Parts: sequence; C-alpha cells; structure tokens
Amino acid sequence: MAARRSRIPATKYPVERFTLDNGLRVVLTPDRSAPVIGVAVIYDVGIRSEPEGRTGFAHLFEHLMFQGSENLEKLAHFRHVQGAGGTFNGSTHHDYTDYYETLPSNALERALFLEADRMRGPRLTEENLRNQVDVVKEEIRVNVLNRPYGGFPWLTLPPVMFDTFPNAHDGYGSFDDLESATVTDAADFFRRYYASGNAVLAVSGDVDVAEATELIERHFGDVPSRPAPERPDFAEPDLTAERRSSYTDALAPLPAFAAAWRVPDPITDFAGYLPYVVLAEVLTDGDASRLVERLVQRDRAVTGLGGYVGFMGDPFDVRDPTALLLEAHLPPGGDVDKVLRTIDEELDRLATDGPTGGELARTQARMATHLLRDTDAALGRALRMAVLEQQRGQPGLLNELPRLVGEVTDEQIRAAAATLRPERRASVEVIPGGGLR
Amino acid sequence: MSTKTQAGVRSLPPLGPNRKLKLPKQAERTLGNGLTVIAVRRPAVPLVELRLWMPAGRIHLARGAMLAQTMLSGTESMTAVQIAAELQAVGGGLSAGIDPDRLMLSGAGLVTGLDRMLEILADVLTGATYPGEEVGTERDRLVDRIQVARSQPAYLAHTALLRRIYGRHPYAVQTPEPEQVHAVRPAALRRLHAERVHPAGAVLVLVGDVQPERALDAAEKTLSAWAGTGHTAELPPAPPLEPGPLLLVDRPGSVQSSLRIALPAVPRTHPDHAALQLANLIFGGYFSSRWVENIREDKGYTYGPHSLVDHSVAGSVLIAAAEVATEVTGPALLETTYELGRLATVAAKPEELEQARQYALGTLQLGMSTQAGLASLTSAYAGSGLRLDFLAEYAARLAKATVDDVAEAAQRYLAPARAVTVVLGDAERITPMLSALAPVCTEPARP
Repeated sequence: MAARRSRIPATKYPVERFTLDNGLRVVLTPDRSAPVIGVAVIYDVGIRSEPEGRTGFAHLFEHLMFQGSENLEKLAHFRHVQGAGGTFNGSTHHDYTDYYETLPSNALERALFLEADRMRGPRLTEENLRNQVDVVKEEIRVNVLNRPYGGFPWLTLPPVMFDTFPNAHDGYGSFDDLESATVTDAADFFRRYYASGNAVLAVSGDVDVAEATELIERHFGDVPSRPAPERPDFAEPDLTAERRSSYTDALAPLPAFAAAWRVPDPITDFAGYLPYVVLAEVLTDGDASRLVERLVQRDRAVTGLGGYVGFMGDPFDVRDPTALLLEAHLPPGGDVDKVLRTIDEELDRLATDGPTGGELARTQARMATHLLRDTDAALGRALRMAVLEQQRGQPGLLNELPRLVGEVTDEQIRAAAATLRPERRASVEVIPGGGLR
Repeated sequence: MSTKTQAGVRSLPPLGPNRKLKLPKQAERTLGNGLTVIAVRRPAVPLVELRLWMPAGRIHLARGAMLAQTMLSGTESMTAVQIAAELQAVGGGLSAGIDPDRLMLSGAGLVTGLDRMLEILADVLTGATYPGEEVGTERDRLVDRIQVARSQPAYLAHTALLRRIYGRHPYAVQTPEPEQVHAVRPAALRRLHAERVHPAGAVLVLVGDVQPERALDAAEKTLSAWAGTGHTAELPPAPPLEPGPLLLVDRPGSVQSSLRIALPAVPRTHPDHAALQLANLIFGGYFSSRWVENIREDKGYTYGPHSLVDHSVAGSVLIAAAEVATEVTGPALLETTYELGRLATVAAKPEELEQARQYALGTLQLGMSTQAGLASLTSAYAGSGLRLDFLAEYAARLAKATVDDVAEAAQRYLAPARAVTVVLGDAERITPMLSALAPVCTEPARP
C-alpha cells in the first residue's frame, strides 16, 4: 500500500535579477495574489566569520543594525515598519545574517528607504552597544541558561564535530566576549562585511517590477560602493574516528542525544548533497518514517526524534562544512548506546535493501508540501531567494526544489545511508541533572 | 568626493494609499449530521490546509490529553503507521491537539490529495480504535513530555498564573498529572471518543487551491457518514480577575524572573474590543510599544517582553509576559506598573494611536496573505461563532477608534489596580525588591 505516487507540483514565481553599480545584487519576485510584500537584505557574514575573542559578535552586531542609522534615530526603524502595518526581524546564521520586513504593499518605498539607510551606516554608539549587550545576555538566558536543553544541539554539537574556531565555537557568545566588545570592533565589522558588494536585496509580493526597480535604484544606487571581502576557507577534514561527548544539563529532567555526520558540499556538489536532505526525512518525518517507527513505536527506546541537514535545521541556507543531524529525547534511564546501535542497524538495513514500497515517494510528496508551504508567505520567498542568490547565484532554484527533491532515487538514498558510519559520527549526550533543586 | 549624504538630509517616504481589505472567495455548508464546513479559496500554492474544530469543554483532563495523543494511532482498517504513510503519500499530515475549549485536528497537504485526506480523516473520526499497545506507548511519551514541560520556567509561570486567575474554573489546570495519565485505559478513550467526537457543533475549515463549492462537496461526500449524538458541555463563564498580593513562585537558582500579569479583557464582538486592542498595542502588544521601548531598548532588562489579548470560549484575558534578569526584577516590575498606570490615566498621543492602528490594520492583511494564516484565522473565528466577514467589521472599528475611546479602554482594562501579578524566580534574591513594591505571597514552584 501507499505505493501510488503523487505528482510533485511546482511553483512558477517569476524572478528578475540585476546588480547595481555599487555591487548590490537584487532579486525581484512579484506575485500579486495578496496586497503584501516581503523585503529581505542579507549580508554574507555569519557566526563562522567572527574573530576569536569575539564569540557572539555577528549576532550582537545584528542587534546594533536596529539601533538607528544615518537618517534614523534609535527606535525609528521599528516604529516606521510597524507604523506602516508591518513586522520585522533579523537573524544570524552560520553563513549569513538577514534583515527583513513584511508589510502591506503600499509601504514598499518606506521599507527600501529603511534598509538602504542602514546599509549606508548604522549609528554605533557606546550607549546603544551597552544596551544591546544587556539585551543579548537576556536573550541567551531565556534561550540557553534558564531552560532545559538550552542550545541543544546547535551550540553543543559543533564543538564535538569540528576542530577549528569558526566551525566549533559558541555562536551566541560568552558573556565575557560580549562584554568586551567595543564600538571600534563594530565599526570595523561593518566596514569589512556590510559592504554593498557583500549584500543581496530581495523583494517579493505585490510589486510592479519596473516601479520597484526604479525605487531600488533611487534608494540604494548611491550607497557607497565597497567590495565583498574574500571569504575564508572554512573547510575541515571529515572524521575518521567516532567522537562522543556528554555534559550535564542541570535543568534537564530526561536524557537526550544528538548525532551528526558530515555531508557533501551543499554548493559545489548539490546533486551529491540533495540525497542527504531527503534521507533525513526518510529517517524521521512522521510516524511512518524508519527511525520513528522503530525507535518510538516499536522499541519505545526514545520519546521524540528529529532529523535534518544543517545545524539550524535549514538545508538550503548553509555552506560547507555542514552535517546531517539526528536528535532524540529518551525516557527516564534511557540507554543512548543502545539507541545508537539501533540507528546503525537501521542505516545498514537501508544501505543494503534501499527504501521499500513507496517509502521514498511518499516522503518526497510530504517534502514538497513543506517546501511549497514555506513559499506561500511573501517574506518566505524573499528570504529564501536572497540566500539562494547569495550562495548560488540561483534564486529561481526555489521553484525547482520540490521537483529536484522528487528526482532523488532509491539508489541515491541507499548510497547516502551507507556513508553514515559510526566512525564518521560525532555525538553529544545530555545527562539530566534533574532540576534546580 | 564621497557620495555619503549628510545625516538628516533624507526624509522618510510617505506610504502609498491603503489597500482595501479584500475577503477571499468562500462557501459554507452545514451537513445533515450537524458538521459545518467552510471552504476558502487562496490558490497561491497547490496545497490545502485543514482545521477541524470540535468543542471539548469539560472533558476529563488526562483522558482528553490522551485522546488527542492517540486519536491517530489506528482505525478498524489502518494501523498508526499506515495512517501516517497514507497521508504522506498525498503530501499530507494530520495532528491532534486539545485545550479546555476544543479538540482540534489540523494538517496540510497537496491539493490533489484533498479527497484522500478527507477519507482518512473520516476513518479516524468514525473508527479510531485506540489500540492497547499504542495507547501504552503514547501514555509514557505524554508523561515524559509533561515532565519536560515542568522543567521550563515559562510553563511553570503560566500554570501558576492560570491557577491564580481561574481558581475553580476548568481553565485553572490545563495539564494532567502524570499519575492521572498512567490511569487512562483504551476503553475510557473509546468511550470518550463516542461521547465527544461528533459532528454537531464542529467546524471543518478547508483553505487553499480549491474551488470552495467543490471542496464542500468533497467534505460532504466523505464526512456525512460521521454521526453520533454524544453530548456537549457548556463551560461556565470565566470568573472576573481578583487582584490581590503578588504571587511569588520560588524557583531557587533561577537566573531570570518570569513576570506574568493578567488584566481584564473582552471578547472580539464587544464594543470595547477594538479600543482595548489598540490600548494593548500601545502598552506592550508590539515592539514599538511603551513597555518594550522602556524595559528593553532603554534599560536592557529583558529580551522579548510582550502582551496580548487571549480569547477563550468562556472569557478573554490580557496577559503581559517578560523574562527579566534576576537582579532587575524589582525595577522591571516598577516600570511595568508605571507604564500600565500611565496609559490608564493619561491619554495616548494621537501619533501613538495612529501608529498602533496602522499596525493592527496592516497585520490583518499579513495574516490573511497565506493559506495557513487564513485557515487558522477562519478556524479561530468559527470557534467564537464568527465568520471571516467579521474582519471587515473589526477593521472598521479599528479605523474609527478615537484617542478618547482608547483612553477609556485603558482606564477600564489596563489599570494596574486591576492586575493579577505572578512572578516566578529565585525568591531569596528577589523577595526584598518585590516586597518594596507590593504585598507578596510566596509559594514553592509546583507543577
């Protein structure tokens, strides 16, 4: 049963690309089905690029980009976006940092003005820096220090898997490093990485291409031209021996673990990479997936299980080196070794027999739904296309992803599963400390 | 020469004309068995969103939680794995959830799989079997999940607040005790299903790349056989808030304090509702609010403070929440009380109101701009007996609320004298600060 195959549908969002004289790359993707727009500016700098002694700086700097700019006082950015009926945010990733708004489409020019103004230069002051160091510390307390499983596994697994500072360090940052940050550090970081040539602007939704192009020229055309810095090589060799680590989480009531294996280069070997993206779903998407059926339903060895490619869970916004991750929460007294052995056994079975009776096709259909659902929001399209432009020069790939995922074969899944060997695995175990008292 | 311009030279571009709120094409039908079906067209991506809202007032807490946990664990014709695989095959998925108001089945899938998703849904609704093996597994998983929830400060603060504001009302406790969960047997679930999972009073919402009338036909064809005449249960109205001493819930070693403040509120249809929403925005309901600008952007006490009006069937309440550093718990509460008191006694400036109004109107447009957003909105409205056309009325009310209306609403609903305050944190460190501001009554954290 379940063998009948759903035809994988596609979207046909149009894509316009051009580059301004100052090197800013622009992607437009109009869709007038709702009177809203998405505007995203992304800079090619992230956690991997922050200097030693300045852990967390890329994220701290993201906060500083909201603290006023050439023509805007502190608080003005927030008020202008929300006062136009929109919402905004920014986020810091391993390989890029994004800034974005989604608004009713009558606010297009305002959004472009706001982004261009801070691309010319944020207001970097001692007072704003100290204020945002405090805010970021509270962010870290709420997301990491004051809750169970904080930072698991995105902050706790990289230091097990990687050896070099860019890949291994804590991207949220230590309080010491955050407190040591200076306005001069911020000015240098801006000059080096927040260059017009290092950025992509994407605008999606209810826009007219000619009008939007004219407005973009008007607002971004005279942003001073600075070239993109050379991107360092962050490559690390694959593991040749298994790595295991563990730590006690004082707040966690139950054990958990995460395991990861390196995957092919997402950019230079996309065809080799894509099967791993699908494999993660074959293993863990829903009650009918391999590992959920076995470990949750049959063995009752874990209570929850997830799998994905990329430490932040998005396979289409990362560069090499990255990994396929599995994470699981165990019942009281659960045995991590035993679960890892079962995973090895299931991977062996998949590597030997390949996917069975419709298993791959149904996973691909479900992945198509997820991909299409993410693109329904104008902002989702702007963000994804901006990243695809920056990392691949291919924003239109967004339209192709459901089909490409659907073309992955049983043989490719079998081959990918065969590489997830224990000796290439890094894993981290959370030992429950049992609560504050 | 550099092209850098002088600060202040560039001025903010004006907004274009406001886009009028345009409702999507939709259709509604009540089936012979009492099920209401609403279908809404948004063809942007070839998907369909599904929400089935079933009234669940006064359902036994542990049995209700287990019902949601195991509803998709098997039917007469399919195992749990087969249900999941069959849904996946059409790009679909379903999940079940419950709260004191409703039992909800929700999901999304490729629109070509709508008929199949509805068939599987019908199979679950009419033939869920609650097999013993699966119920056992899910019982343990639910208990583990409750244990993990209880280790989270946000959960502990929220449960303390619920107990404090709802007293003996069914809303007071929304998570079962592990021992209660352990006691739930498959027979009890089958009985509960027979009693409470029935079409009368339920609303199915389908949103996506569908022709509404055809989607209604599909739902009618597959779901008409869902029958059953179990009972419904009315929830008593939620009790009014009773201000009193600040409740301090002790969590020794906590590096932050969780502030929770409840204030009175009114349902969506109440004449004060639009003005209350605007007052809430000005206070703490969005980033550009007084509260966020004060305790985050000025003082750096916190990361993500926010306040919102929460609507339930039996009543509405405004809840303000912030996680603040332990050492500034007192000052953060002081500023919070100050901002509430200021808004309740001094009228907001016209430009503050305009900004909040634009935000409220604009985010209505954003909320309607995706299939998932439309589906959740349509379902939430239907749960309160409203339809999407109420959006136009709400927008009109937002558009015409005056400074005076908002000042009156703030005085009536946001006054600190009406607040119920709960703080979860390290009592040894924060009691002296809090006691300087209000009478404090302390209890240990209990789940």
